[in-house]
Amino acid sequence: MTIPMIMLLLTFVFVIVRILPGDPALLHFERNVSPETLAEFREALGLDVPLLNQYFNYLGGIPFGDFGLSMQDFTPVSEHIQIRFPATLELTIYSMLYAVLLGLALGVKSAKNYDSVQDHGIRMFSIVTYAIPVFFLGMILQSIFSIYLGWLPTGTRFDPHYSTPATITGMYTIDSILTGNLTALIVSARYLILPTITLGTILCGIFIRLTRTNMLETLRQDFVVAAEARGLSANKIEYTYALRNAFLPILTMIGLQFAALLAGAVLTETTFSWPGLGTYLVQRIAHRDYTALQGVVVFFGILVAMVTLILDILYAYLDPRIRL
Amino acid sequence: MTDLLRIEDLAVEYKTRRGTARGVDNVSLNLEENKTLGLAGESGCGKSTLGRSIMRLVPYPGKIVNGKIDLLLHEDIVFPKGVIEKGFVNIMDLNEEELRALRGKEIAYIFQDPMTSLNPMITVETHFQEIMKAHDPDIKKEEALDRAQEILDGLGISPERITDYPHQFSGGMRQRVMIGLGLALRPKLLIADEPTTSLDVIVEAQILEEMAELKELFNLTMILITHNLGVLAQTADDIAIMYSGRIMELSPTEALFEDPLHPYTQALLESVPDVSKPDKKLSWIPGAPPDLVDPIPGCMYNPRCKHTMDICKTTQPGLIMNDEERLVACHLFGGEK
Ligand SMILES: Nc1ncnc2c1ncn2[C@@H]1O[C@H](COP(=O)(O)OP(=O)(O)O)[C@@H](O)[C@H]1O
Ligand SMILES: [Mg+2]
Repeated sequence: MTIPMIMLLLTFVFVIVRILPGDPALLHFERNVSPETLAEFREALGLDVPLLNQYFNYLGGIPFGDFGLSMQDFTPVSEHIQIRFPATLELTIYSMLYAVLLGLALGVKSAKNYDSVQDHGIRMFSIVTYAIPVFFLGMILQSIFSIYLGWLPTGTRFDPHYSTPATITGMYTIDSILTGNLTALIVSARYLILPTITLGTILCGIFIRLTRTNMLETLRQDFVVAAEARGLSANKIEYTYALRNAFLPILTMIGLQFAALLAGAVLTETTFSWPGLGTYLVQRIAHRDYTALQGVVVFFGILVAMVTLILDILYAYLDPRIRL
Repeated sequence: MTDLLRIEDLAVEYKTRRGTARGVDNVSLNLEENKTLGLAGESGCGKSTLGRSIMRLVPYPGKIVNGKIDLLLHEDIVFPKGVIEKGFVNIMDLNEEELRALRGKEIAYIFQDPMTSLNPMITVETHFQEIMKAHDPDIKKEEALDRAQEILDGLGISPERITDYPHQFSGGMRQRVMIGLGLALRPKLLIADEPTTSLDVIVEAQILEEMAELKELFNLTMILITHNLGVLAQTADDIAIMYSGRIMELSPTEALFEDPLHPYTQALLESVPDVSKPDKKLSWIPGAPPDLVDPIPGCMYNPRCKHTMDICKTTQPGLIMNDEERLVACHLFGGEK
């Protein structure tokens, strides 16, 4: 299921990039360029062969992590992805964690105090955060905490006055922990706070509402009342009974939101000048670097497909009614 | 014999958008130890509300607005945060911790639908471990497991199946698991709310028989709730007939079937098929069930009754005792309130 999906996406992106107006070779150069230079350029990028051959060459490279060469500087797109992706992944993981934890906590609180002032307040919060545009919240937080109060840095992902931790995963906080570099951990964490809160807050609304609805639904179920009738404690019932059952649909939502997060990364990363794949994509679009564009989109696609697959497996593992 | 349970003037209200419904309206009854009380009536008449009030587990938005529920404890109940002393305790006076100590330990409740009454995410063993741990935090896992397996064995479920999840059992088996969980801590009072309604007839008969055996074995006092009077003929010592949240008649089973007093009881019995009288003409009760949000004055049954008199439309009859010590709430038998 996953493989045909990725194939379809690959083909789609390949075709779209080809039918976009403008010859990438011509676009790359200034006005007057000799036909020889153009031909050389095309050959270097493998654009001199028929379209079908280009397609198969491209397809053939992907399993080996070969996304072609950038039209900008003739370096492999995969190298750029390798450098940029950890930044995106790091932000994504923390935002998701923040959104899910906050969403679960507030959703459970809301459901437990159904129809109270707290419940209404939390619901309002979830609707408002869901509706705020990323760049708007990002700019507000930046002006308050970074520009006005000066508490938190913004603009990149690391302070140039310090040295970055040795690269293992490329995610600075993780690498700092793995290498026991406390300074780097603090520095990188400070840079992560604002973008994480921005992205996480916007995401958490949907998790609040989903948790609340599912909790309310589960708390009404017979097995919850039956557990109360056996004298189990409220905590036990809320967490191992209601939340565990309510969690499965939330897991599905995590998968869906992961895809949305990657798409959202373009906006967040631009707002915070976060040097991830999102900003890379924006830069390359400006330069009509179609191979880079194609590479990043396909890479995102593969990633989303993989996350979906992992979540499906996790789902089956968590729900005893599904056996693999 | 002594009473295990004494309910006095119990009233439960459901506040809904449409208005307030009296799910249980001024119910008083006494239940002797080791007896089975059948609670019957059309659906919506307040049987479950009454049953669940005894555990103080009325479903949202219901609230007990009045009444006393006295339960006799033979021994002190010791729980982590305190003690409930033996003798009669009014369940209405207990706090959450104390209620929790009683639930599952002194009173067990079995629900109608075994398919939805077990947590689908945990094994049967975990269900047993949890209830034992909740009431005895120091219990060893192995000991709890042993006891659980013994209980299951007694209910005809192979002890190895204890590691299975609920969905791996049939409906009848699940209801046996529920019964096992109910009896795990040897409660005195078992409230079974339509325990066999969702099962097929053969399994229903088996389970009812098993419950009767267990009742003897464990010296249980039982409240058996059903909308099917036939179920009660074999199992109940006494039967209370409910209508619109009130008890209309409370009689010993045999007397109730032989000579039903209340016109509503009579109508109910006419709608029950009887194997010994295959020629019996079955009838149904005309008219709509009562609207509890907008109650009519007088006897709630009067619009459907064959014997309606003027007084029935103005005055609600109280529950009075006739010379055979049977209780009935009907103007045909005198008694005004
Ligand atoms: N969740 C609820 N919300 C509102 N009203 C309810 C609810 N549950 C019960 N009631 C009211 O209480 C009455 C008795 O319900 P119930 O005790 O469930 O009856 P039974 O168990 O005899 O079918 C119903 O007719 C209804 O008016
Ligand atoms: Mg009921």
